[in-house]
Amino acid sequence: MRLTDKTMLSQEALKLIDREVAKYPVDQKQSAVMAALAIAQDEKGWLARETIEYVANYLEMPPIAAYEVASFYNMYDLDPVGKYKITVCTNLPCALSGGVHAADYVKEKLGIDFNETTADGKFTLKEGECMGACGDAPVMLVNNKRMCSFMTPAQIDKLLAECK
Amino acid sequence: MALIATKNPLLTVGWEKGDAGWGIKEYEARGGYQALRKILAEKTPPENIIAELKASVLRGRGGAGFPTGLKWSFMPKVINGDRYVVCNSDEGEPGTFKDRDLLRFDPHSVIEGMAIAAYVMSANRGYNYIHGEVFEIYQRFEEALDEARAAGLIGQNILGSGFSFELFAHHGYGAYICGEETGLLESIEGKKGQPRFKPPFPATFGLYGKPTTINNTETFAAVPYILKMGGEQYLNLGKPNNGGTKLFSISGHVNKPGNYEIPMGMPFAELLEMAGGMRGGRKLKAVIPGGSSAPVLPADIMMQCTMDYDSIAKAGSMLGSGAIIVMDETVCMVKALERLSYFYFEESCGQCTPCREGTGWLYRVVHRIENGQGRQEDLDLLMSVTDNIMGRTICALGDAASLPVRSFVQHFKSEFEHHIQNCTCLVPHDVQRAGSSFYM
Repeated sequence: MRLTDKTMLSQEALKLIDREVAKYPVDQKQSAVMAALAIAQDEKGWLARETIEYVANYLEMPPIAAYEVASFYNMYDLDPVGKYKITVCTNLPCALSGGVHAADYVKEKLGIDFNETTADGKFTLKEGECMGACGDAPVMLVNNKRMCSFMTPAQIDKLLAECK
Repeated sequence: MALIATKNPLLTVGWEKGDAGWGIKEYEARGGYQALRKILAEKTPPENIIAELKASVLRGRGGAGFPTGLKWSFMPKVINGDRYVVCNSDEGEPGTFKDRDLLRFDPHSVIEGMAIAAYVMSANRGYNYIHGEVFEIYQRFEEALDEARAAGLIGQNILGSGFSFELFAHHGYGAYICGEETGLLESIEGKKGQPRFKPPFPATFGLYGKPTTINNTETFAAVPYILKMGGEQYLNLGKPNNGGTKLFSISGHVNKPGNYEIPMGMPFAELLEMAGGMRGGRKLKAVIPGGSSAPVLPADIMMQCTMDYDSIAKAGSMLGSGAIIVMDETVCMVKALERLSYFYFEESCGQCTPCREGTGWLYRVVHRIENGQGRQEDLDLLMSVTDNIMGRTICALGDAASLPVRSFVQHFKSEFEHHIQNCTCLVPHDVQRAGSSFYM
């Protein structure tokens, strides 16, 4: 096992990963890779190749297998993102209630398109697929964690102002 | 919070208090965990429980509508070795948002349903796979699990019965394909969520290669209620072959989008009324009655349907997960299809060539029609691409991408032709813009 950089992830992060590992049978540590990558991303802001490799080594799995997971699921960021990543659902049910227009509004406010980051490094905008919250459209997800519902122009202004 | 209206509330009784009613105390106060306690105390023979579920005609609430009692009876009877019960809460089918509210307002009903399933099928470990984008719901379920563990309702030797069942939550991270049951199992194993060939089915070769039963969140949640009221009584809430009540997620152009629990077989017109009718009093144009993968139905056909598996199937669509996407006259059907086609293109896992390449073809052709670059032969081309996808892939995503294309073109052909001939939309852009209500 190669754990080259002892300082790659904090003790708190490793503890969280251990808690995930404990959910699965002892010989199935790889099952925790999705959670471990998410925890690593929370701490690092995004998943650099060496972070993915570290997680793989920690879980005693081939780095390529961890990389496959990181590149398959949409919510992992393999490139640096802004402090606040805002994902707007523009899928059809949301679009019927303003999802696309809400995204347009954010684009105009921030002066960026999808998959771009503001010059000050504060915001990244992403186009999302169904978040399972179509009844609350327009919906936005902040940093993969906080779901914001019924986003009118006023609500969007408020959200952006809250992001310091 | 999504609005709720019910007729004969069963699954949604606990939702009335909003975020104050989800805890174990509240759940037990409304009769929660009684079904599990009774089964464990009386050591009810598993076949009796399966018989009750068969009598209830509970059909899988995730989309396929497969009878739950029958599914549970497929698990091999041999006792030794690991076996698993898995809950599919990877709710990512556009239009569907019922499991999110179920886990938010009544997570213990899912835990109880899963524990009963585990007892019936002698499983001692289970996972609930929760959609990536609903982190707050994942946290809530983790809290509910802690409560259930502390109360001795899951874990080792539950209530001194000798039966043990460990249950955990697994958080997805953004992949629609993981809603497919074998893709979901791959994902729990820490891999890309690429579906497996079937057979073997999960009942014989499931999680980690062990016998596994996977059900939707709402299916598990219904189990304790069925066992308490009796299978036959549950069936009678709905209509023959379509037992019980069901949650319907209504999105799009209605005044009150949200979740509605209604008895199976209620006329669609009545449900539309419950949802506050059409937004702005506009005219209904089309409805997708079972999530984005279900064929679209024009207003006149939809208004004749009742909300149950059989009626919607007879009309040429699917009840699916009960996600009703309502579209009014401000919608350009080409644009609507373009967005759905992009979704399937984006979410195809890439494993099977017909789907990986075909979904790209579908999206690009619909995209060019929408953008004034359609060709005369494009509608035939779309049909030909769907012919080459459908039935030629490991899982149903390819079919799910094809059915909207076929049905949109079938029912709204004149709009597609107008786009191709005139390089513009039949529905004026300012009308479309007004439809979303964002700029109100």
